[in-house]
Amino acid sequence: MSDQPQLFKVTIDNITIEVAPGTSILEAARKIGGDVAPPAMCFYSKLKGSGGKCRTCLVEVSKGSEKDPRPMPKLVASCRTTVMDGMEVKNITSERVVDARAGVVEFLLLNHPLDCPVCDQAGECHLQDLSYDHGKAGTRYEFQRRTFKKHDLGEYIQLHMTRCILCYRCVFTAEQLTDKRSHGVLDRGDHAEIATYIEKSLDNDFIGNVIDVCPVGALTDKTFRFKNRVWFLKPVDAHCSCSKCSGKVTLWYRGDEVFRVTARKDQWGEVEDWICNECRFEKKKTSDWTIEGPRVIDRASVISQGHYVGVQKPKETFEAVLDGRKPRLFMDIHSVSGVNRPDINLSLIEGPAHSDDFDRVTKKD
Amino acid sequence: MGVKLLLEKAHVEGIRTYEVYRREGGYRAVEKALKTMGPDAVVEEVKKSGLRGRGGAGFPAGMKWSFIAKPEGVPRHLVCNADESEPGTFKDRYLMEFLPHLLIEGLIVSSFALGSNATYIYIRGEYAWIPDILEQAIAEAKANGWLGKNILGTGFDLEIYVQRGAGAYICGEETALIESLEGKRGNPRIKPPFPAIKGVWERPTVVNNVETLAAVVPIINMGGDEYAKIGVGKSTGTKLISACGNINKPGVYEIDMTISVEEFIYSDEYCGGIANGKRLKACIPGGSSVPILPANLLLKTAKGETRYMNYESLSDGGFATGSMMGSGGFIVLDEDQSVVRNTYTLARFYRHESCGQCSPCREGTGWMEKLLKRLLEGKGKITDIDLLWDIQRKIEGNTICPLGDAAAWPIAAAIRHFRDEFEWYVTNPEESQRRNYGLAHYADPREVVA
Ligand SMILES: Cc1cc2nc3c(=O)[nH]c(=O)nc-3n(C[C@H](O)[C@H](O)[C@H](O)COP(=O)(O)O)c2cc1C
Ligand code: SF4
Ligand code: SF4
Ligand code: SF4
Ligand code: FES
Repeated sequence: MSDQPQLFKVTIDNITIEVAPGTSILEAARKIGGDVAPPAMCFYSKLKGSGGKCRTCLVEVSKGSEKDPRPMPKLVASCRTTVMDGMEVKNITSERVVDARAGVVEFLLLNHPLDCPVCDQAGECHLQDLSYDHGKAGTRYEFQRRTFKKHDLGEYIQLHMTRCILCYRCVFTAEQLTDKRSHGVLDRGDHAEIATYIEKSLDNDFIGNVIDVCPVGALTDKTFRFKNRVWFLKPVDAHCSCSKCSGKVTLWYRGDEVFRVTARKDQWGEVEDWICNECRFEKKKTSDWTIEGPRVIDRASVISQGHYVGVQKPKETFEAVLDGRKPRLFMDIHSVSGVNRPDINLSLIEGPAHSDDFDRVTKKD
Repeated sequence: MGVKLLLEKAHVEGIRTYEVYRREGGYRAVEKALKTMGPDAVVEEVKKSGLRGRGGAGFPAGMKWSFIAKPEGVPRHLVCNADESEPGTFKDRYLMEFLPHLLIEGLIVSSFALGSNATYIYIRGEYAWIPDILEQAIAEAKANGWLGKNILGTGFDLEIYVQRGAGAYICGEETALIESLEGKRGNPRIKPPFPAIKGVWERPTVVNNVETLAAVVPIINMGGDEYAKIGVGKSTGTKLISACGNINKPGVYEIDMTISVEEFIYSDEYCGGIANGKRLKACIPGGSSVPILPANLLLKTAKGETRYMNYESLSDGGFATGSMMGSGGFIVLDEDQSVVRNTYTLARFYRHESCGQCSPCREGTGWMEKLLKRLLEGKGKITDIDLLWDIQRKIEGNTICPLGDAAAWPIAAAIRHFRDEFEWYVTNPEESQRRNYGLAHYADPREVVA
């Protein structure tokens, strides 16, 4: 016996990688990176028990393992299925997966207002990204959509249930970060809702993190709502010495003004370090912080326009993996709107960015 | 008369009480198992009997028992699933209401086999009067030394607790049941881990249906091999069927699984034929989740062979031309019934009962209900039928628990076999509001049995 921990070989979309036993298919796919990583709307690696619910991360297991090579009959949620040695998985190379995922996206959007133009999450919304990447234009749903009233959950957080996709992330966050969870899911089926039961404010030093984990615009920061569009803001990493949390944050600037403070998010949109309410809601002056430098955001969403510095491309390209076929899914987000321009680096624009800035660059060409 | 193993004594005066039940030979199985057999021997008998789970999926009970993990120092639990909320299924209620001691006896033997010292009966909230009956039986059993500490001097301890549900179909799904039993919201868990490894309070747990556990009593009394001789193939023993709908004699019947569907519907011993001199149009043979079959495919398989009331025969032909034994809820529709209305009713049920955890089931069930409502009201479009097909296809197999499948299958089967009826609602919107469709060509071609 060697002391070297044994690694499992797993092949996803024809790319082979070695991972530690106990790794989920999703995490293995994320190690490969790029579009091999299935979209995940409910799984959150930092929240125990999360995942399995949204079903966007479904993949096909075409070979169970070296020992038991039988394929799995059903598509499985990659976030909650652990790899076996010799497992072979198909994500975007599987017609079944592409078809089922389009179905899941349609279900998620079925009752969704999709009024992104008036939604505060627009630009950093995972559901937006998901629909661009995997959805279909148009809907087959011809009925009235479900709506809910907006609720203030205390001083800082607003809940707009209409936009919620019931990923349960905020419930896990409150459960695992605060000493007493006072909100949860009431009722069931398509009438289930996130609620506090008796209208109640959520107050706990760490409850603000629910805003960051919420993949959509259901939980928003009341100190920031509608003050600005995220893509006009410049994210800057900063820290302070805080007795409650790590104090590591991202400040969102327009000009000299800090519009909001969030936790730092990694390339999968997950919070790196939880932050406390005081850092998030109270410290909105540059003098409260030690600035580290621009935050690099390399997700495909509009928020990242102008921030493509240092992006790493996956080693192998999809055309090679797909035997020369082009992946069916990807719509170039940058073709959608005039302000989504990878060629414009926001950090290089002096002062606040305006829509003119984008026009100017376009016209200059 | 067929063999009766469970309901044989159901009509004995006073059988609900301990004295009469004992006088009629009750608790012999406990004596035999605890005094003359070890736990492993009981599991072995149940394996030999070929008993399949009666809750719906038909998984071999003995095999399930042998999967239970036995880590050192960790208690194990048996949970009796008495949530029975599937439309058309009411056999467990009958058993618990009339023969409570049979269930308790089955629970003692099964708990002994599995090494459970605390066993739970999780009962559907709407069965409001039954917990009292069960608790009475438990108290009597305890007073007579069949429960409590050191039962029959064997050193085996057991308590049985009755836990009332709050009226949710989903809490019949075994992992949702476990969550609910723990006092949480009844959301199904994501498997693995399976209950046999981590169930109630993370302890190894077996969940079995009421009827499954009651059947352990005759198995121990007569021996697994004898039990396996009743029935055919892998459908051993007897099965309770709750028959309802347009039949002359709705009720709970115990059958040995050798009789034909035709005999079950038309013979006076069972359903007694279709009510009001009508003809048989369709039937859902195993509870609301299983595919509906038109009369011709119900009585004969696609190959033209007689269809029997057992696991294999009912599922002959797969979903294309067959159905399932399911939980034994036998719902009969006569020629005047509308399959579109029936399908809508079921869709409404599943929409209401979805726990809402996973998106295909949460959103898809609501969408299908709305489309079916529109069709039923004569306002549907012809494309709605294909749309329904596509929605159910995208739910099936893509959800956390089988409720998604259970919502998809009835709709798929209704469209598969009765598409022209759906179309008729679209093309004859006015007439469809005045009368039910009931085209004769679906009906059993035989003359009405007098
Ligand atoms: C939505 C749903 C509802 C269920 N309801 C019941 C029920 O009411 N009673 C039952 O015995 N099994 C029910 N089941 C099946 C259980 O999950 C489980 O398979 C069964 O209790 C196992 O018992 P058995 O092996 O004895 O059949 C249900 C399953 C699903 C998916
Ligand atoms: S939550 Fe996302 S998809 Fe929904 S309206 Fe807001 S930005 Fe658009
Ligand atoms: S409010 Fe946001 S985080 Fe909470 S369940 Fe809804 S979508 Fe998820
Ligand atoms: S399939 Fe339906 S009932 Fe089952 S977990 Fe998903 S939403 Fe809940
Ligand atoms: S991310 Fe896997 S199911 Fe939601």
